[in-house]
Amino acid sequence: MTQTLVVEDLRKKIGRKTIIKGLSFSLKKGEVFGFLGPNGAGKTTTIRMLVGLIKPSAGRITICGYDLQRQFTKAIRHIGCIVENPELYPYLTGWENLEHFARMLPDISKERITEVVKLVGLQNRIHDRVRTYSLGMRQRLGIAQALLGKPSVLILDEPTNGLDPIGIREMREFIRFLAEKEGLSVLVSSHLLSEIQLMCDRVAILSKGSIIRIDTVDRLLKEQARVVWKVEPLEQAKKQLESETVILSAQADTLITYYEKEKLAAWNERLVQAGVKVSQMEPKLPTLEDLFIELTGGETID
Amino acid sequence: MTDLVYNEMLKIIRKKRLFIIAAITAVLVALFTYAQFKHVQDVQKRLGTADWRTQLQQQIIDTQNRLNSSGIDEEWRKFLQIRLQQQQYYLDHNINPSAPGAPTFMRTFVENAIDLFLPLMVMVVVADLVSSEASGGTIKLLLTRPIKRWKILLSKYIAMLLSISFIVLSLVCLSWLISGAVFGYGGWNLPLLTGFTIQGEELNTANVHLISQWKYLLMELGLAWFVAVVVGTLTFMLSVLIRSTAAVMGVMLAALISGAILANMVSSWESAKYFFMVNLRLTDYISGTAPPINGMTLGFSMSVLAVWGIAALLVAFFVFVKRDVY
Repeated sequence: MTQTLVVEDLRKKIGRKTIIKGLSFSLKKGEVFGFLGPNGAGKTTTIRMLVGLIKPSAGRITICGYDLQRQFTKAIRHIGCIVENPELYPYLTGWENLEHFARMLPDISKERITEVVKLVGLQNRIHDRVRTYSLGMRQRLGIAQALLGKPSVLILDEPTNGLDPIGIREMREFIRFLAEKEGLSVLVSSHLLSEIQLMCDRVAILSKGSIIRIDTVDRLLKEQARVVWKVEPLEQAKKQLESETVILSAQADTLITYYEKEKLAAWNERLVQAGVKVSQMEPKLPTLEDLFIELTGGETID
Repeated sequence: MTDLVYNEMLKIIRKKRLFIIAAITAVLVALFTYAQFKHVQDVQKRLGTADWRTQLQQQIIDTQNRLNSSGIDEEWRKFLQIRLQQQQYYLDHNINPSAPGAPTFMRTFVENAIDLFLPLMVMVVVADLVSSEASGGTIKLLLTRPIKRWKILLSKYIAMLLSISFIVLSLVCLSWLISGAVFGYGGWNLPLLTGFTIQGEELNTANVHLISQWKYLLMELGLAWFVAVVVGTLTFMLSVLIRSTAAVMGVMLAALISGAILANMVSSWESAKYFFMVNLRLTDYISGTAPPINGMTLGFSMSVLAVWGIAALLVAFFVFVKRDVY
């Protein structure tokens, strides 16, 4: 089975307000799928519906072939998750926490617990109380807990929230490792665009409860590539380029146009022949951030 | 299921709640033992220590005289005969009725603890059973396991029943051990009067008979356990409904204290007898103290408590299974 998690037309109404307006997407085996949106876009509500904490008003969630509504225990068996912060019992040790959750799953051996502890690199502190852990360590323990039952789908809500730069990098590498080497499907939500860009294969951009775009990160970025020209005189250059492409902005001595790799040399030649001095010609791949702001129109929550 | 209950018990024990309760009980029992000891000393000083046997003999003769006099009605005669039996027992077994042993202390303690102290101890354990999972965020982990929600709540309820049993048991053990050191550990077979019924305004002594103290104590403990379970179940429901443990405690405490106050002033407001909190003093029915409102009987009070408990349990399960968790 290549599709581990399938979501069809998921909706959630609270009172008369529709918060989630018909989401459809699916996760493939071994990919990291990003869930991107500003605060309040509905990321967390959607994730809570995926793990059975909130009942959807309409729509269907299928996990490894099992319907989450009708076959809850069979479906949820294949999911490991951290929803928001990794909240564990502070008065128990890390090991006791894992044992606690292992008892709630069928057939988890001591060896399996040891294995996940090693996997997240917590061997040295596992017998200390969780109260004494740093946020990064709690995050790892949370992931260890999520991995206990050998899930096919891992759902992480803001996994890098509150981590320091080194912690963020480690987490990123770890998530990539889980997807590539262990073959898990990982769903990661974030409002940090740079994170998603570095970590994910595909992204869904969420705004006000609907998905505006789903695509691979590469393709989304390529589409938005620009060229920045430094030219003189500006008017002359503008006239020449206008007949070839669209000019997105013209300021002082700088022009910005779309990026088309094959035609760039020809455009340059045309400018030079028309007597324009081209002092700089810089293709610029946008960040997901630019893309995001453009797609959502710089939205704020209302 | 055993694993789930084990989990819940582990959490209760690691939060050290049961230990704290045992410690509070120990301190209070020691305090009451000392108070009781002072009281006994005082009584003995007044009566003269060597004198109690003759005193009792005098009482027996008094009772006999009253029995022999003509013109007392049949019911009263029966009651006096039972009194006579009791006094004779004290004399035959060389028991000073004003200097009782540990079982007598336990009995008084249970009778006084049943409507406030015991429910309070139960609350300390039960109030955060569910609400702490909600406020700590761990509820999200519990509910995303491959286990149905009602099973998770049931495991918590069973853990609650176990904890309550432990609390009642520790109350018994501690009060016996501590007070016994002062009053002596004997006195299990002391005969006690029971079987009083209240009819209208009058105390009906028709069914009064003697039973040994250990049987009496067992009955009272059974009732105390029942009250504790009902109070626990109500707290359990609040713990499901309210995220904040402090709020759960506050609501429950207000209800319990209002019960104590109401019991003193509601004798004319008849329908107040359907409140659970005026029905908590079940042991009064055994010892023959008049209930706060006319027409309340042991059976009535237990039914009222049972109905409250079952309703609370249904609400708790219904809400827990259906609720969206944010």
